[in-house]
Amino acid sequence: MSIPADIKRDFPVLQQQVHDKPLIYLDSGNTSQKPQAVIDAMNDYYETTNANVHRGSYDLAVRATEALEGARAKVARFINAPAINEIVFTKNATEAFNLIARSWGAANLGPSDAVVISEMEHHANIVPWHMLSAEKGFELRWIPVTPNGHLDLSDLDTLLKGAKLVSVTAMSNVLGTLNDIPRLAEAAHGAGALLAVDGSQYVPHVPTDVQAMDADFLIFTGHKMLGPTGIGVLWARTEFLEAMPPFLGGGEMILNVTKEGFTTTEIPWKFEAGTPMVAEAVGLGAAIEYLDHLGMDNVRAHEIELTDYALRTLNGRYGDKIVIHGPQVASERGGVLSFVYGEPDMRVHPHDIAQVLDQAGICVRAGHHCAKPLLQTMNVPATSRASVYVYNDESDIDALAEALEASSDIFAF
Amino acid sequence: MPGLDDLYREVILDHYRSPRNQGELETPPAVRTEGFNPLCGDEVIVFVDVDDTNVIIDIAIGGQGCSISQASASMMSAAIKGTSVDEARQFIGAFKGLMSIHEGDLGGDGSEAEMGIDADAADAGDIKLGDLEALKGVVKFPVRIKCATLSWNTLAQALDEAASDT
Repeated sequence: MSIPADIKRDFPVLQQQVHDKPLIYLDSGNTSQKPQAVIDAMNDYYETTNANVHRGSYDLAVRATEALEGARAKVARFINAPAINEIVFTKNATEAFNLIARSWGAANLGPSDAVVISEMEHHANIVPWHMLSAEKGFELRWIPVTPNGHLDLSDLDTLLKGAKLVSVTAMSNVLGTLNDIPRLAEAAHGAGALLAVDGSQYVPHVPTDVQAMDADFLIFTGHKMLGPTGIGVLWARTEFLEAMPPFLGGGEMILNVTKEGFTTTEIPWKFEAGTPMVAEAVGLGAAIEYLDHLGMDNVRAHEIELTDYALRTLNGRYGDKIVIHGPQVASERGGVLSFVYGEPDMRVHPHDIAQVLDQAGICVRAGHHCAKPLLQTMNVPATSRASVYVYNDESDIDALAEALEASSDIFAF
Repeated sequence: MPGLDDLYREVILDHYRSPRNQGELETPPAVRTEGFNPLCGDEVIVFVDVDDTNVIIDIAIGGQGCSISQASASMMSAAIKGTSVDEARQFIGAFKGLMSIHEGDLGGDGSEAEMGIDADAADAGDIKLGDLEALKGVVKFPVRIKCATLSWNTLAQALDEAASDT
């Protein structure tokens, strides 16, 4: 089985025209579109099930609680988590990183410690560590990136000396590079450090097994995997979640509150202060069902095929007028294609490319992709980025290739 | 519906291809100020040399960015070179008026340049924007307004710094 040829029909937003052209969405690395099934599930929740969770004694509230906890179970199964209560819902991946930093980090990191991240991290896995380091005085170390877009692990042993945490992405949101997580886990654990994995780009596109990854924390977000905005996921091993202090305080996360203090409830609710995002959890659960129905192996195979087609089409048509960053073999990367385009001595600025493409109905992202340190290493101020997902096909790549020509017409010198 | 012709006018592309006053000035006597557009990573560096009589005797532009930010910076440098600081501030107000910007509307870049600019200056009518009028089409593409105003906000900041240096 493969991805159905008529899959675009499942996505209402793709049925429109922009500037009199059919909308072609190539920005799924930024956020994905939502199938009707996800939209229906969230509507249905509000129409039939809505009540506050974990506190009502009536039937409606019981069903709402079941909807939330049912979604948690789907997430756990989707990443092969050993236990359902290891799934913590957050606002997004950024909040999940801040949770790790503020909870685990603040309790465990001091001036003689180090946190190791990589040059290809998203700002969500950089700034929380900068912020905490300013308070706690630990060292932030960087795994370099090679010119062909891979992590340079040649000096990993030195980088890991005295490190307490390694926090890296499983797939770069700029280069598409797939990193060798099991190898990093082995090295981190060998050095006495924990491993946090940013799965924001990986989990939506590649079959994920946290136990095979051997990670200690996995972070991802709902809106990049056909789910709604407003819900992210932190998975962590039970022993760490048990030991970590709470992140946000308030209702839901307590066992008891007195004038003198409070005690926290059990995991994962200890980390979910306040009324949670129930409808969003339901939507994420529906997105997971949709992806399961497609089959994650098929999703990955489709994207390898499409990425390969894009690399061949764009490089074949434009030669040295285009540079697509990152690994050049589709099976070594995800379907995010960052590129610069134009004559080699005078590239068209990515912001101008995005403008010209928009006029053709094509959505791409231009800029630094929330990864400024990486772009500095690559020595480019900005790139254009086309990123594909289940609903893209070869016709979308053909349209992109065709529309790029128009930017040459305007900016030809 | 606005088309690309509204945005990429020939005079804009000319300034983009052949930017005026590109380079650096020695600091001091010049003041150096950087501006960033966090949205797209554009970066502009404005050098201004203001003499004792409050005349901008030289200006230079560095950094990198899209056609709109580069052309706007180039046109700005050509317009205010040799003017007084007061006139330059009127230019800034007039240009931001052209961009339909009211104070604080865009915010976000966190620059103090937003402060101290007379938004009503655009209505004064005694400033001739000339070639800069070509950038008016940018208003139809709201995302690009920040590209066009980046160098102007940075200039305003540079003029503040030059004033505080004396």
